[in-house]
Amino acid sequence: MGKREDKLKIGSKTLSSRLFVGTGKLANNLLPGVITASGTEVVTVALRRADFHSPQENPLTFIPEEITIMPNTSGARNAVEAARIARLARAAGCGDWVKIEVITDQKYLFPDNEETVKATGILAKEGFVVLPYIMPDLVVARRLEDAGAAAVMPLGAPIGSNRGLRSREFLRILVEEIKVPVIVDAGIGKPSEAAEAMEMGMDAVLVNTGVAVAGDPVMMAGAFAKAVKAGREAFLAGPGVAGRYASASSPLTGFLHEVKK
Amino acid sequence: MSFLAEMELYEKIDFSFFWRKTGVEDVRAVLDRESLKPLDFLTLLSPAATDCLEETARVARELTLCNFGKIIMLYTPLYLSNHCVNHCRYCSFSAAHRLVRKRLTVEEIKKEAEFIAGQGFQDLLVLTGESRSVTPVSYLEEALGILKEYFPALGLEIYSLSTEEYRRLVNAGADYLTVYQEVYNRETYNYLHPQGPKKDYLFRLTTPERAGAAGMRNLSIGALLGLEDWRREIFFTGLHAAYLQRKFSDIEVGVSVPRVRPNLGGFIPPVEVTDNDLVQSILALRLFLPRVGISVSTRETPWLRDHLIKLGVTRISAASVTSVGGHALPAEDEEGQFVPADGRTVEEIKEMITTCGYQPVFKDWHRLW
Repeated sequence: MGKREDKLKIGSKTLSSRLFVGTGKLANNLLPGVITASGTEVVTVALRRADFHSPQENPLTFIPEEITIMPNTSGARNAVEAARIARLARAAGCGDWVKIEVITDQKYLFPDNEETVKATGILAKEGFVVLPYIMPDLVVARRLEDAGAAAVMPLGAPIGSNRGLRSREFLRILVEEIKVPVIVDAGIGKPSEAAEAMEMGMDAVLVNTGVAVAGDPVMMAGAFAKAVKAGREAFLAGPGVAGRYASASSPLTGFLHEVKK
Repeated sequence: MSFLAEMELYEKIDFSFFWRKTGVEDVRAVLDRESLKPLDFLTLLSPAATDCLEETARVARELTLCNFGKIIMLYTPLYLSNHCVNHCRYCSFSAAHRLVRKRLTVEEIKKEAEFIAGQGFQDLLVLTGESRSVTPVSYLEEALGILKEYFPALGLEIYSLSTEEYRRLVNAGADYLTVYQEVYNRETYNYLHPQGPKKDYLFRLTTPERAGAAGMRNLSIGALLGLEDWRREIFFTGLHAAYLQRKFSDIEVGVSVPRVRPNLGGFIPPVEVTDNDLVQSILALRLFLPRVGISVSTRETPWLRDHLIKLGVTRISAASVTSVGGHALPAEDEEGQFVPADGRTVEEIKEMITTCGYQPVFKDWHRLW
């Protein structure tokens, strides 16, 4: 695949950047700088935070028009609430993308996969471009595909933990088995971890805390952009000699090629 | 099992002995731990831990940034009524005090709501004293019905109700409940609440559980600091919050750390709680409960509040008035519930938060129905 054709397709959009940015932990006045430095084309905003009465307090005010807004359903405790939030966001002019976030565990913020599958089914039928945030579970990811998800967004580690790709083995399986794009959401704290996700073949990564808590969030956003690009190119370049099955000789099966004595 | 059973278990601890044998090295060991058990929390509340405040603050700051980001939520209180049948010794609204009693009318509530919403607030905490005759549940339902037209999030800090009554208020528009135990120590509680329905310790203690069962989205609890040994009171506050987090995993739990302020009746708090003590309390709570919101009201001075937002606090009140109404309808001759220590305007608070590199957030919930 040539570099020029390497675009990410989600719904009707074709994206050049494979870095999505979250806004929930960042001061609004830093948003324009972070968005520019990250080169992102997709930004998440929690509807619960979208302050339509006060532009200065509304993160949406700080996001350039050409960026795709992906409202999330933060605060939803079940599928019905998530669907309601998605509809309110669309009615408020946030477009038809939605990141489903159904949390029934406030201590670790684990996504509720069961309710998320239900919400995805409801919203996909209503024409939303649905990107569900999930625990990396193959069975659930398959159900989400069947339910009409435009992508799946498994976590790399608990939200805000900055622990990297702790769920690496499960993410690898999702990439192998799931046809819709796989976007790692939550857990990525450092650019090197974003690069690793991309090297593994993830289609994109979403970063929030890693940028927001950096000493210089704008510079960190730029670092993530480079890491995602480098990781993607490494993936496209193909695996090196360190691949799992690579070997200089065949000590175990070489005899098959020998002439029988 | 209610929280009482768990409390009884921990009340058996010999706190003085535990803290006497706790050294700085024990505190440092706790700081290295991934997740804290109740006795680790108790270690962070020890006198020895006061020597490790800076190290603890670094961990607390990191946890707060990772879990909440550079965000400070803002709210303001609206007192609907100061009618009260309780005799809490530390409160200006006590039935024992002579003060002008007032309850806002529908028109007054609208005026106050318009004014407060005009300041930019979208999260309103609605308060009353305890009077089932003057401010019955039906009055609160009516008030919520008016206020929800102005605010996407409404909290209640009112007298303790039954689950069914809370359900009515949730249906009327209440999103969260703030209820302070005031004092976890049972003897002190009994002394400080000589008369009135609030004297029932167990009914008070189980209030958040009833509100949780009724569908409130957020529960905030706290002890009024200065009434008892603050180390123990914060310990039980933390345990209570952890209990609620376990029992209602889908509810956001918050804690407050209010200190007694000057009030009508001249009640002198029996225990001194210094700024140092308050900081130690906030840090210990943050490490024990990394995902729990921590509120600080205008009971604290501007100087202290400005510093606290970097240490674990996630929610502060602003432009607070503690008398009935008083936002749009100035009530200079009325006594408030307590005398606020931070009289800055909303704009001044916003500027302070922004200068610290944080985002002031007025809206953190969007009512769904």
